[in-house]
Amino acid sequence: MEKRSAFNHRFLPYALLVPQLAITVVFFYWPAIQAVWQSFLLQDAFGLSTAFIWLDNYRDLFSQPDYYQTIVTTLVFSGGVAVLSLSLALLLAVQADKQLSGAGVYRTLLIWPYAVAPAVAGVLWAFMFQPSLGVIARILRDDLGIDWNPLLNSDHAMIMVVLAAVWKQISYNFLFFLAGLQAIPKSVIEAAAIDGARPARRFWTITFPLLSPTMFFLIVVNIVYAFFDTLGLIDAMTAGGPGKATETLVYKVYADGRLGGDLGGSAAQSVILMIIVIALTAIQFRYVEKKVTY
Amino acid sequence: MHIRGLRRLCGIVVAVAMLFAASEARAAVEIQWWHAMAGELGRLLEKLAADFNGQQQEYKIVPVYKGQYTETMTAALFALRIGQQPAIVQVNEIATATMMAARGATYPVYQLMRDQGEPFDPATYLPAISGYYTDTDGNMLSFPFNSSTPILYYNKDQFRLAGLDPEKPPATWPEVEAAAQKLRASGVPCGFTTAWPSWINVENLSAFHNVPLATKQNGFGGFDTELLINSDLVVRHIAALAEWQKTKIFDYGGRNDRADQKFYGSQCGMYVSSSATRADILANAKFEVGFGMMPYWPDIAGAPQNSIIGGATLWVLKGRPDAEYKGVARFFAYLSKPGAQAWWHQNTGYLPITDAGYRLSDAQGFYDRNPGTDISIKQITLHTPTENSKGLRLGSFVQIRDVIEDEMEQAFSGKRTAKAAMDAAARRGNEILRRFEKANP
Repeated sequence: MEKRSAFNHRFLPYALLVPQLAITVVFFYWPAIQAVWQSFLLQDAFGLSTAFIWLDNYRDLFSQPDYYQTIVTTLVFSGGVAVLSLSLALLLAVQADKQLSGAGVYRTLLIWPYAVAPAVAGVLWAFMFQPSLGVIARILRDDLGIDWNPLLNSDHAMIMVVLAAVWKQISYNFLFFLAGLQAIPKSVIEAAAIDGARPARRFWTITFPLLSPTMFFLIVVNIVYAFFDTLGLIDAMTAGGPGKATETLVYKVYADGRLGGDLGGSAAQSVILMIIVIALTAIQFRYVEKKVTY
Repeated sequence: MHIRGLRRLCGIVVAVAMLFAASEARAAVEIQWWHAMAGELGRLLEKLAADFNGQQQEYKIVPVYKGQYTETMTAALFALRIGQQPAIVQVNEIATATMMAARGATYPVYQLMRDQGEPFDPATYLPAISGYYTDTDGNMLSFPFNSSTPILYYNKDQFRLAGLDPEKPPATWPEVEAAAQKLRASGVPCGFTTAWPSWINVENLSAFHNVPLATKQNGFGGFDTELLINSDLVVRHIAALAEWQKTKIFDYGGRNDRADQKFYGSQCGMYVSSSATRADILANAKFEVGFGMMPYWPDIAGAPQNSIIGGATLWVLKGRPDAEYKGVARFFAYLSKPGAQAWWHQNTGYLPITDAGYRLSDAQGFYDRNPGTDISIKQITLHTPTENSKGLRLGSFVQIRDVIEDEMEQAFSGKRTAKAAMDAAARRGNEILRRFEKANP
């Protein structure tokens, strides 16, 4: 027998939606519209004089060669973070899914980094990689003979921020992968084992496809993470340097707007950033999701 | 009975105390002072405010720490937009043009002192300091609070080991190079490094050699100024540093004061940094520290001229009740007194802003007891400041400094030549200046 619930009230469903809608409007649409409006303005630092300048802020941005460089940097950084953090987390999750003694402890330890604030993680990693005092820097220099210098070498600086950002995100990905793995019926894998499939083959033909919804979700979340949530980390580690080698789009928004007081230009950048992330997510849903088997 | 009596007495005492506290709170006008001094400097600043508060009952200065300079400035900017600004805010020297441009928001100090009838004689302030903060008519716009200038620090122990005279600091860049080579040969990982890359190696370098940094008297003459940071002098200096970087005669130590560690950790034998770092260096260095003036290029005519300052001033913001401004003027008059000046100078390592403060410290024997403390003041008063060594007044200079340091890093890493890097810095900096000009018509 089917159970049906009916709302006689015409307005009740809307009333129930109001809190959620209000939150969305106040914390998302309203600031977003403000940013779009701000991006058409040129203001002095105090907001005493305001001029409406149409698209000049955007024109200024796209006439700067540095801005394209920042876009490239962001793509390299985000790509590196997403690929590394997903693959490492998957590897760890597959290992943790096995029958191990002390698996609980192992799992808990892997989740810890997620609880560390980005700026704290940044300081921690910056200290380990600090050329003259850092533990890792010392190993790199004395044992591996690498002239480690993230203060001047842009590749070193990029590797450093990518590693820190990956470390921070692995726990989150690990949790989801582990849950996804545990949801896969053991009988399917056992059947394949009886048919003679080796572990690697079992993984790629059974486990991996069955994990694809989790994988897809995590790709979206990781890209958004790399685009937005790494601001504190970059600020604490390199402040965008050397040169502009580790300046991502969101860091530039912060640097120009909050540190530089250029709100119009900064708002224009956030609008562009918003468009890029919306586009990326749309592409993922349009094309990548087709390959996902639920 | 006995206990009850005691309790009642206590109750009365508390009530009376509260009454006093309440009436005092009502009487004293509270004045918010937003500042950016953390740690030891913050405690010294609070002592300064507490001393003033203790001397009179009418006004109470309330210092509030708001983070670093940029954070404090941003906090004040946003507070102004919603009418919650403090009466006094500490702003660093390179934001002077930005504050000046906000004519409706700031209350120039010379006007404040005149309106409130407090004694104020601009001539008592050291011109090398107050000049940075005066307009072209000689009016002081903000109150100089903490000022410093770059000087040379060196590791005397390493000098001895390298066979160098520990009592003779190198005075010129070629001498620095020679000393650095000897240090390197004796096993020191790097010859020298500097803090604050742009402030020391571009801004102060230009002033010390009497070379302009921007047109229109370094920006004092108007917002339609253009950067001259790709001058022969700057390009030559950056090229020398980039060349020295290859053999670690010079080793880049990062922005702001991040290079401190290289000197504390005995990684580098010499260090050009702010004179206000002195206390920190003495606290952290496990070796004997020597002091010298900032080096110069001896073949440039007119060098050394005088170095310029860094640090911050106190700006007064408009829109507070009138009663507060009377208190602000009183407080500034108090801060100008030789006693307060000498105390602040001797404890923090910042420069005294008045000649009287300097002479009092001298009379108290402070410089004899603390060798190296008078180098900074001698260096900024070496000669009468010229148009090129008065300071700089460029809009959005916080961003421009970032651009300059970006390009310096490009040169030091060998990605660009010094000339190409400084040309790019000038071009990008000029774009920022034009934007500032447009935003402040």
